Amino acid sequence: MRQTALRITAIVSTVIWAQFPAFAQETTAGEETPAIGAQSKPDASKAARMSDPVKEITADHSKFDILKGPFASGSEVTTACLSCHTEAGNQVMHSVHWKWEYQNEVTGQTLGKAHEMNAFCGNVASNEVRCTSCHTGYGWTDVRQPMPDDPTKVDCLVCHDKSGQYTKQDNLAGEPPLEPVAAGAKTITGEAAWPVDLAEAAQSVGPPPGRDNCGNCHFYGGGGDNVKHGDLSSALFNPSRDVDVHMSPDGGNFACETCHVSDKHVFEGSRYETDVVDPHPDRMAGSAHDAAACQSCHTDTPHEGPNPLIAAKLNDHTDTIACQTCHIPSFARGGVATKTVWDWSTAGKLKDGKPYHEEGFTQSDGKHLHTYMSQKGDFQWGENVTPYYAWSNGEMTYTLPEEKIDPTNVVEINKIGGNPGGDDSRIFPFKRMEGTQAYDKQRDVLLYNHVYGPGDGTALWSYFDWEKSLQAGMDYVGLEYSGDFGFVETYMYWPITHMVAPKEDALVCESCHAQDGRMANLAGIYVPGSGINLGGKLGLAVFLMALLGVLGHGALRVISRGKNKGGHHG
Amino acid sequence: MAEHCVKVYSRFNRLWHWSQVGSIMLLFFTGARLLGLHSIMPFGLAVVVHTVVALALLLLWAFATFWLFTTGGYKQFIPRMQGMWEVGRFYAYGVFKGEEHPYIKSYERRHNPLQAAAYFALKMMLFPAIWISGLAYLSYGFWDHLDGGSFWLEIIANFHVLAAFAIASFVVIHVYLLTIGHGFRQHVRPMVSGYEKVDLTPEAEAYFRQQGRLLD
Repeated sequence: MRQTALRITAIVSTVIWAQFPAFAQETTAGEETPAIGAQSKPDASKAARMSDPVKEITADHSKFDILKGPFASGSEVTTACLSCHTEAGNQVMHSVHWKWEYQNEVTGQTLGKAHEMNAFCGNVASNEVRCTSCHTGYGWTDVRQPMPDDPTKVDCLVCHDKSGQYTKQDNLAGEPPLEPVAAGAKTITGEAAWPVDLAEAAQSVGPPPGRDNCGNCHFYGGGGDNVKHGDLSSALFNPSRDVDVHMSPDGGNFACETCHVSDKHVFEGSRYETDVVDPHPDRMAGSAHDAAACQSCHTDTPHEGPNPLIAAKLNDHTDTIACQTCHIPSFARGGVATKTVWDWSTAGKLKDGKPYHEEGFTQSDGKHLHTYMSQKGDFQWGENVTPYYAWSNGEMTYTLPEEKIDPTNVVEINKIGGNPGGDDSRIFPFKRMEGTQAYDKQRDVLLYNHVYGPGDGTALWSYFDWEKSLQAGMDYVGLEYSGDFGFVETYMYWPITHMVAPKEDALVCESCHAQDGRMANLAGIYVPGSGINLGGKLGLAVFLMALLGVLGHGALRVISRGKNKGGHHG
Repeated sequence: MAEHCVKVYSRFNRLWHWSQVGSIMLLFFTGARLLGLHSIMPFGLAVVVHTVVALALLLLWAFATFWLFTTGGYKQFIPRMQGMWEVGRFYAYGVFKGEEHPYIKSYERRHNPLQAAAYFALKMMLFPAIWISGLAYLSYGFWDHLDGGSFWLEIIANFHVLAAFAIASFVVIHVYLLTIGHGFRQHVRPMVSGYEKVDLTPEAEAYFRQQGRLLD
């Protein structure tokens, strides 16, 4: 035994020591070959000395000459980044962030923003420069083609900038606003655009991405703050504890990446295939996780005292109900409303030949939100919205372009997979987006709309003509279009998983265990307290008969006693 | 034979009866909350009280069953037909005519035949129905992974509630019958003091007097 152990130790040591000469050789090779960039020889003059404060990071990007600029474009910054981070661009190009394409192996569907339709702006194709303003790359002007295999087109800064002044313009296919900024230009968060200082941004970088890096795109999906998701809004930049117990500085103060762990620039967490059951049930709480699931940290039996009976009962629920169902009592909390209804069919109306808008919704912070726009139709908004609950196994099946729809019913843009009571399914909260979208009345398929394109004579948002917009959209993707369009009602489901409330704000038993509780109309569960069951009705009848029986018997006794007494006296 | 005031209900017997009364009332109240008949207390609290009280009652029943069999007390509850007709006729007819109750209690058979039959049905059918369905309901977490788990839960829940209402009906009739004859207080007193008037043979009288179990 001991000999074997010694032998193993010897082998391991040899392997470890063998690394060092190799490392030394590489260093030597580096000295001989001039590196890309300004320095031809290694220079350690900027390395921190013992007299300097010790930093968390091992590379201070503000000390690199190559990042001093000047840079004429974002792509030039990326070129500088790649001179050291040679593999980073390729990693990004293999991510959903870059490809906007997601292969669902279970359903066989090719999804992703580049392919699917949604209940908001409909489709990316033909509207690129506006939609791809949030792409993590530069210059994707045609999503009919994948992004070119060019790592210098990756936008490193959008995720790694720490200067806070890097942004993307909302109609430049991912490019930042640079000097001179066009009049009226806006950033992707809807602010008036400013000229970005690329050198300042380049020198500020340092992983990991902060919540503003993620949020500047993800909080503004669908064209504005919290429009799309409902549980991702600017309220999460600095949320109070009751809005998000994990992200609040008074709570966990998590960044997005705390849960959405990444590997090779690919992030965990997906609305196409969501983890609804514990993805790694064999793990101990607190050990390293590779999935963005509640159970990654909390396990599947997280409830403890003070009352062990209640705790056990709650832990009993986790095989039926997703954590989010109770712990996110409502979404769009924190003062930012989400769009709940989008009726495209009314778009295009003009007043005196001019587009107009109405602001019929007042957000809790006093801000007025559009309820009608000639460009987009009618909207409804909601704050503190009660989710829609459904059994889900996390698999979303989409109604893709060219898929036959039934216009007599509400068309589900995405269908929630899973079976009531199934081992792989839990009752999960969703934002159910209600919409009205254009479809081909002859072919029964959803239509591509061309909405963005000032100056091209067909874009809906500039010319308010559905005929032209839809024809242009369908021509762009090369699909058949009868020219006969109508509008069909649609639902689109967005999993609700952010804005987890502190435990004292979680749903209580009565939220569901009551008449017309939150689980009403869901199959596959029996919810005590949701109404008097058949046994209860029968029992109640028996009980009432017993009560009536004794009352009748008692009444007869009282009456007969009177008679008997009368008889005695007589 | 003469009527004497004998200690019929031992201390354990009375403790059993009254703690059963208290727990069954609590179970009715919390159970009605869980069914949604009222919302006087929070659902979660009702679950806790219902569970704890039910388990305590089951423990009491286990002790009572043991006690009944070791003391031979179970014989009181064995149903018999003898005298059934007279008692039935009394409740259906005689009571309205001001007749006396036809049954004279003895030490060995303190329940009249109808009463004994009712208690037998309660103990052999309704109580098992409620606690077997209750335990199955409570242990749902251990078997809900089985196919059709929630279907069976619904069946069990319905059964449990039905049994509960049947027991509630028993309680209503039980309490009502105490008002017949010598009156409610007269009927409840023995279960408080332990002493009740029963017919004794001279031998039994002598025995109980020696034991100090006679009041007069």
